[in-house]
Amino acid sequence: MCALNIGPSPRVKPADDGFIYNDFAFTVATKNGSGSQTSNNTLVYALFKMGIPVNGKNLFPSNIKGLPTWYTIRASKDGYTARKAVTEICIAFNQDTAAEDISKLPPGGVCILPSEWNWGHSREDVIYYEIPVKDLVKTVDINPDFRDRISNMVYVGAVAELFDIPQDKIYAALLDSFKGKTKPADMNMNVVKAAAEWARENLEKQDPYKFAPLNLNGDKIVITGNESAALGAIFGGVSVVAWYPITPSTSLVDAIMGYQYLRRDPDNGKETVAVIQAEDEIAAIGMLVGAGWAGARAMTSTSGPGISLMAEFTGLAYYAEIPLVIWDITRMGPSTGLPTRTSQGDLIFTYFLGHGDSRQLILLPGTVEECFEFGWRAFDIAEAQQTPVFVLSDLDIGMNNWMAEPFQYPSEPLNRGKVLNAEELQQHIEKFGTWGRYKDVDGDAVGYRTLPGTNHPRAAYFLRGTGHNEMAVYSERADDWVQNMQRLHRKFENARTLLPTPIEVWDKAAPKRIGIVTFGSNEDAIREARDWLAQDGVESDYLRVRGLPLHPDVAEFIASHEHVIVIENNFDGQLNQVINVDMEQRPPRKTSLTLGDSLPMTPEWVYEQVTAVVS
Amino acid sequence: MSANPRIKTNPIGLTREDYKGGKSTLCPGCGHDSISNQIISMAFDLGLEQYKIIKLSGIGCSSKTPAYFLGRSHGFNAIHGRMPSVVTGATTANHSLTAIAVSGDGDTGSIGFGQYKHLLRRNVPMVYIIENNGVYGLTKGQFSATADQDQTLKYYGTNTLRPIDLALEAVIGGATFVARSFSGDAKQVEALMKAAVNHRGTAVIDIVSPCVTFNNEITSTKSYSYGKANEMPLHEIRYVAPGYVPEKEEIVIEDYDPNEVIEVELHGGAIVRLKKLGRDHDPRNKMQAIQALEDAERDGILITGLIYYEEPRPTLAETMHLTDTPLSALPAGKLRPSEDALKKVLASFR
Repeated sequence: MCALNIGPSPRVKPADDGFIYNDFAFTVATKNGSGSQTSNNTLVYALFKMGIPVNGKNLFPSNIKGLPTWYTIRASKDGYTARKAVTEICIAFNQDTAAEDISKLPPGGVCILPSEWNWGHSREDVIYYEIPVKDLVKTVDINPDFRDRISNMVYVGAVAELFDIPQDKIYAALLDSFKGKTKPADMNMNVVKAAAEWARENLEKQDPYKFAPLNLNGDKIVITGNESAALGAIFGGVSVVAWYPITPSTSLVDAIMGYQYLRRDPDNGKETVAVIQAEDEIAAIGMLVGAGWAGARAMTSTSGPGISLMAEFTGLAYYAEIPLVIWDITRMGPSTGLPTRTSQGDLIFTYFLGHGDSRQLILLPGTVEECFEFGWRAFDIAEAQQTPVFVLSDLDIGMNNWMAEPFQYPSEPLNRGKVLNAEELQQHIEKFGTWGRYKDVDGDAVGYRTLPGTNHPRAAYFLRGTGHNEMAVYSERADDWVQNMQRLHRKFENARTLLPTPIEVWDKAAPKRIGIVTFGSNEDAIREARDWLAQDGVESDYLRVRGLPLHPDVAEFIASHEHVIVIENNFDGQLNQVINVDMEQRPPRKTSLTLGDSLPMTPEWVYEQVTAVVS
Repeated sequence: MSANPRIKTNPIGLTREDYKGGKSTLCPGCGHDSISNQIISMAFDLGLEQYKIIKLSGIGCSSKTPAYFLGRSHGFNAIHGRMPSVVTGATTANHSLTAIAVSGDGDTGSIGFGQYKHLLRRNVPMVYIIENNGVYGLTKGQFSATADQDQTLKYYGTNTLRPIDLALEAVIGGATFVARSFSGDAKQVEALMKAAVNHRGTAVIDIVSPCVTFNNEITSTKSYSYGKANEMPLHEIRYVAPGYVPEKEEIVIEDYDPNEVIEVELHGGAIVRLKKLGRDHDPRNKMQAIQALEDAERDGILITGLIYYEEPRPTLAETMHLTDTPLSALPAGKLRPSEDALKKVLASFR
């Protein structure tokens, strides 16, 4: 079954010469494990190097080898990078799904497929380009062991010829894929050249789609969210990483290990980042709790099932006030769900994670740039607030390649929070007469902590998950309990203005009638849909939430709009529910639009849904 | 520090009183309090700096005890059975700390069994004390995983399952220091603790510590009277501090059991001197250690002493090749690479 949604065709206009330049999309249908990743990345990077805004999304099964997988590549001269509901070109390289893949093409769509299938032209309104894949690969002098995997480069060559991608861009992309190694790049390029030559001699172009250099990408980079988050953590001073592998978060820690060299102590060549593969997620967060208590910048990355195992320790860390950072690269649940598909379904579970009255601080990156920024900033917030900080990304951001502006070097020095060394502790005691770990001496609800190893006779305190008073002494007194919980509640409320502010697009002096609220990776689809809606005369304001608890601006935005539409990629409208809980006053009209189909949101879906709501 | 010259002080000028913690809230006569006292004595005798020690535990009666010793050390009462992961994180963050952790048989043998085994595998540097009474005290008397097979308890009937031997699991799991003792043998407990705290790596001491409230029937191998009647020390054990030159000690006569004395040198120069008591047990022989534990279980004997010892393998921090400065003490300059480094990385994504 094809995983792609089909909706109305996008608004694309041909140029004066009748061709459509840089504004169409491919679906590459292959079998998982067939080696198509290199081919697809090569196309994406080649287009990127032509200066064409591009985005690639891998829609893959939870399987090592054999099941159908789709990769969508979208080029957009206008810079839109959301997944399109309709792709004009289908590279049908998986015979099992070819019939359905072809059936999803719009009228006038293009199908590229192996001629040895003898497929036949099942649709009259589709343009077919058939390529002798096996024969072509045989003509190239390559090791027979690589023949199967490299055969996907045939469609790269055909696409380059049919749609005008210069071969030097293809080769440059291959060099990137193979980290500058010319031997594998050359081997793949030979297949590309053979296929391009065959296409030039044997295929007649019948479709209207073409690429042309645009030079719109400037200094931009192409990177996944998980790699961005890893870089953010490395530049954020992470010192202890404990984790248990789980899709789609694994590549984040893989990337941290890949960047460990950046943090190797130049004086002695030793590591300043410890990475421990734990026996499970409970152990992983237990290690973070120990490390955070002892003064490390500790983090993990996981997904929903891992978050569930971390619940008890999260409650302890919240209550005992231990800083640590948890990245949740959300996938489709509940339970194992669709483990390699995207979702925004962990919001409520994470927000209230822990027993009793606990709520967690959450950062919500919506771009790879924010994955980098929140990668370092999360530690500053965790240590300043002495509490766990969750960062909820998702599979779409985390595992797919995105174009991004070059990341900004951290704008602020490391914030290690209120940590007293021996000398400062002595000064503190002299100033206040005493030191209590959970005493709120500054009125910000955050106490001063000492780290194990502090050489002062009064530095030690006993950390516990059981009831304690402000001196960290065991207490089951009701008044001690209430006082502590009230302080924790104040701390939580203060965080509203300490977390990243929302992204807002509106004129406060003249708000539009409709206000759209969202979070995370939906940004691109909504941006494009808002442009379409505006063309229809439906103007809207926009706000993307970037942290929980909600910033006061969110309440102001919601209160300022006649009709608020909350758009999110989960089934239950979880952000909408959080708004209901967090806001004292309900807005006059609020609509929850939820997708939750396991795929990245499309502008077509947003456009249709909003149009239906406002009309 | 004592102002009274008649009160004994240790090498760093502190009294034994200075090593105490809060008042125990355990049942009067609990073996765990005796163990806490030996931790206090050990730290006092060795002149340990309390600020360099972290004390941790899970949940349970035993896990309450860190509050009762070393009041000037940072303490952490974690969650049930998951103390091993917390110690792992803490000692990774700061490998200069000495970790002393107390766990129970429910904590270690059931809910935390996985973490226990993985801690051993990683060789996290710490003293891991198990206060083993074969019963859940805080939840009022359920069988634990170390309870005797066929034992009967008032509310829970007869235990049909075989017990887990946590010392045997430690030997098999890769611990390089495994001891068993009895809380009623204060002298031996203290000597073992002195050796354990000087061990580089995980040092496990499984101490049978009778529960006076829920499991002190004479039929239980975890009862006080059974321990007293059936304890079989493998050797007399004496800890000799590094650099200490003993005066005339026991005469060492080769092949003259049972009074032969063997010495096990710990890293850093400390020595454990073991005087055999009728069993030909060499703690450096892994198969012999396993055999001794198997025989003891079969015969219903509580063997005590240093059961297994081997030259420490690299600790977790050493395995990970961590910087000599503890991670928690790294300055900002070592934690954040330069702006130029970021530019170079980003260039690779164009």
